[in-house]
Amino acid sequence: MTEPLLSLRDIHVRFAGRKGAVARAVDGVDLDVQPGEVLALVGESGWGKTTLARTILGLERPAEGEVRFRGTALSYDTASLRRYRRAVQMVFQDPTGSLNPRQTIYEAVAEGLRIQKIPGDEAARVAEALSRSGLRPPERFMPLYPYEVSGGQRQRVVIAGAMALEPELIVADEPVSSLDASVRGEILQLMLSLVRETGVTILVVTHDLGLAWNIADRIAVMYLGRIVEQGTTEELLDDPRHPYTRALLSVVPEMDRMTPQVLQGEAPDPTRIPSGCRFHPRCPVAEERCKETDPELQAVDGVDPGHRAACILLGAP
Amino acid sequence: MTDMASPDPGQEHAAPLLSVRDLHVTYRGAEGGVPAVRGVSFDLAAGETLGLAGESGCGKSTLAGAILRLLPKGTTVTGEVLLNGEDVLTMKPGRLRAVRWTEAAIVFQGALHGLNPVQRIGAQVAEPLEVHGRAEGSKAKVAELLEVVGIPARRAAEYPHQLSGGQRQRVLIALALACDPSLLIADEPTTALDVMVQAQVLDLLEKLQRELGLAVVFITHDLSTLAANCERIAVMYAGRIVEEGPSRDVFRSPAHPYAAALAAAFPVIGDMRYRRAPSGLGGDPPDPRAIPSGCSFHPRCSVALPACTTDEIELRIVGPGRRAACVHAGEAVSAG
Amino acid sequence: MTVSGRRVAWRRRRRAFAAAWSDYRHSTPGMIGLVVLVLIVAMALAAPLLASEADLRAIYAVDNPRWATPSEYGPLGTDNLGRSVWAQFVWGARISLLVGFAATVIAIVIGSLVGIVSGFFGGIPSALLMRLTEWFLVIPFLPLAIVLAAILGPSVWNIILVIGITSWPATARVIRAQVLSVKERLYIERSRALGASSGHLMNRHVLPNVSPLILANLTLTVPVAILSETTLSFLGLGDPTRASWGKMLDEAFSAGALTRNAWWYYLPPGLGIMAVVLAFVLIGQALEEILDPRLKEGRS
Repeated sequence: MTEPLLSLRDIHVRFAGRKGAVARAVDGVDLDVQPGEVLALVGESGWGKTTLARTILGLERPAEGEVRFRGTALSYDTASLRRYRRAVQMVFQDPTGSLNPRQTIYEAVAEGLRIQKIPGDEAARVAEALSRSGLRPPERFMPLYPYEVSGGQRQRVVIAGAMALEPELIVADEPVSSLDASVRGEILQLMLSLVRETGVTILVVTHDLGLAWNIADRIAVMYLGRIVEQGTTEELLDDPRHPYTRALLSVVPEMDRMTPQVLQGEAPDPTRIPSGCRFHPRCPVAEERCKETDPELQAVDGVDPGHRAACILLGAP
Repeated sequence: MTDMASPDPGQEHAAPLLSVRDLHVTYRGAEGGVPAVRGVSFDLAAGETLGLAGESGCGKSTLAGAILRLLPKGTTVTGEVLLNGEDVLTMKPGRLRAVRWTEAAIVFQGALHGLNPVQRIGAQVAEPLEVHGRAEGSKAKVAELLEVVGIPARRAAEYPHQLSGGQRQRVLIALALACDPSLLIADEPTTALDVMVQAQVLDLLEKLQRELGLAVVFITHDLSTLAANCERIAVMYAGRIVEEGPSRDVFRSPAHPYAAALAAAFPVIGDMRYRRAPSGLGGDPPDPRAIPSGCSFHPRCSVALPACTTDEIELRIVGPGRRAACVHAGEAVSAG
Repeated sequence: MTVSGRRVAWRRRRRAFAAAWSDYRHSTPGMIGLVVLVLIVAMALAAPLLASEADLRAIYAVDNPRWATPSEYGPLGTDNLGRSVWAQFVWGARISLLVGFAATVIAIVIGSLVGIVSGFFGGIPSALLMRLTEWFLVIPFLPLAIVLAAILGPSVWNIILVIGITSWPATARVIRAQVLSVKERLYIERSRALGASSGHLMNRHVLPNVSPLILANLTLTVPVAILSETTLSFLGLGDPTRASWGKMLDEAFSAGALTRNAWWYYLPPGLGIMAVVLAFVLIGQALEEILDPRLKEGRS
């Protein structure tokens, strides 16, 4: 097993909520990301997924735990962070908001190069990044402003800006959810081709299992700040073991082979995480002991040796 | 989320609840008219569900507004919208106000903006009752409506910000049901909601449709949701219907290239054809101010012929109850 | 690759500027304001050509008739000491405009710096800066200006300083509010993710997005500064050796021009001030209309 590119160990991120309550947005996450893979971090909205993404980027500091990149722990002084950001980049959900409306596309892509003071021909690098992101010929796009191109093209510009730094890891937070449905495919295609051509690793944060099926090699399912199941895409979506994953999968439209399990209520907010297994109040198969034990991720008997789920009822149908 | 109950065959010959005929809606724009809807016709029987699929700029929200004449002043609307046989577009204002909400109601999208943030939930749900002179016993009716949509009646005293997104959407549904309409138009009711909450809301809509015999027009861009929840689907592009038919068929084997592209955007989990093979269209859905000539889809179409740039194609029959507006219709167009 | 990114950006900016100028030309009020302002500035600059500076001195005016009406003497008659009102008007324009512009520059520079820094950083530095700003805002302008003028002594540069110091807080407040909202925008976060330092963020992202507001604020602060100068001079705190419109009004008032109905003495400076203030307001409004759609990111 090769050394993981990114390694998260026991990450806890806490925020002060209202009235002094503490919101445990990320509540003990261990995760390894292998070089060259596409990992989908799946879960519903709440603070967990995006907070974890921002923690990986160094935009949030964990209260406990460690972020290790290439085996070295992240340090948070300005110089180290800047070096780190050459290697780890982020693509945000809203392509229109991510671009300064007063900057041309050229400047938007060149910004990273200038901040990182990368030597060499800036214009050439910008052109290459734009081409690689599918905006050809690049000269046509350079003088334009963001509002002059389509939504999908804006997201390509953001991706070009990230790729210009030749990063090793890209964290994409809901990269296509604010784009029109028919346009999403081209961005996902671009991401896959970048992995093939440059070997970049991608961590996609999304709520959409269909997207994970489309492009991810592995999936990690988050619930209320914890990873409750992880494994290869094929295995996890074919044979999910954690009750939350099963429920999520069952309500995907056109999921004919499963009976829909519509969970009642909504996930509690991160200041009031249930005791024991955090999913037990909504779990369709919860038992008494689930209120007391907080399960760890354990290996599941399946084809994939990396398939793990955090449920003490494992093995039960 | 299995199929809704099919309408009673005997009803197929009865007059449809809603009949839209050759509807054109043109907004007043800074530089001339902006055509948002360009000749849409469809029927909806009582108790039937129709899914209206399309993306930004295709005119679906305009269509929803047109059915109840809720469009801004200066908008030109031609054609017919027959609700229970009466043309909404030519109704006198008094009759129109009486019809709005009591025969057909809209559930708006974006639960954030649909509710007045400084008014209690109960008061907002009671408002249609007051407007339509049913204020008597409104408190009890409000409680009943909230229970029907799955919100405990005691929460009527709360404000919208105290409810979650899913709960706010339910309140909007309760609002729409206040005057016992026979037609519900749901405009993107589940967008911006979590997957599980979406499922809850869809379940609720299905239950209401079954128990109250509601006819539903379900508007969204999510073709897979429509396939699972509606009997029929009509796909809109640039102000026109480009394909319509039984929902499963349209989703699984679309005849129009745009419908095929839209369907391909919702990968079927477990189907190896979608594994590591995202497919998408370049460009953006057209701006209504600049609709391409001929078949409006031709700039993005992978199977366009030279004639497609000049000739507008009418809907043609491609199967029982199925029509598509494409010159290739009748040939098999793969779902991607 | 021969295309230089910076050159491309500059070309776009020039084109945007040309487009903005053509928009501006279509705004009638804006053009009126601009023409009036240009005329007055031209008059102030051409002062030596229009009236001899000597005509301002009372000793040289000994032989002139006192209180002469415009038909009797010069374009605008004479005052109680026989000095040419026209000369005072033309030379006075210089002081009024100079003080107005210079004080505004000081106010805008200080105000923008404080606004951007306190808006961007937050925490203790921001709190300190805001308390300072509020202190200045709360103290009534006139007493503070009087005290400062009295301490510093009456000279044109001191007046400029006084007005600048008392005007910056309003700007700071407005700029800070805008910075707080810009700070939250996603492209700032993206820039941070690219490794940007705070300086880079403030310089490359916050400032360009705040500059339309600064410009609008500027066009509104100049007339306020001119009026402040007028007030201070009218109260006798201005530089007694230099003519200014405020001083003209002060002397007209104390010499009894109102009771004598010597309209040629008090009307010109009054109308002059009105004209300048109005010109700036019209320009400011026209600018707002043009810059606003651009503030809205180009297209709705």
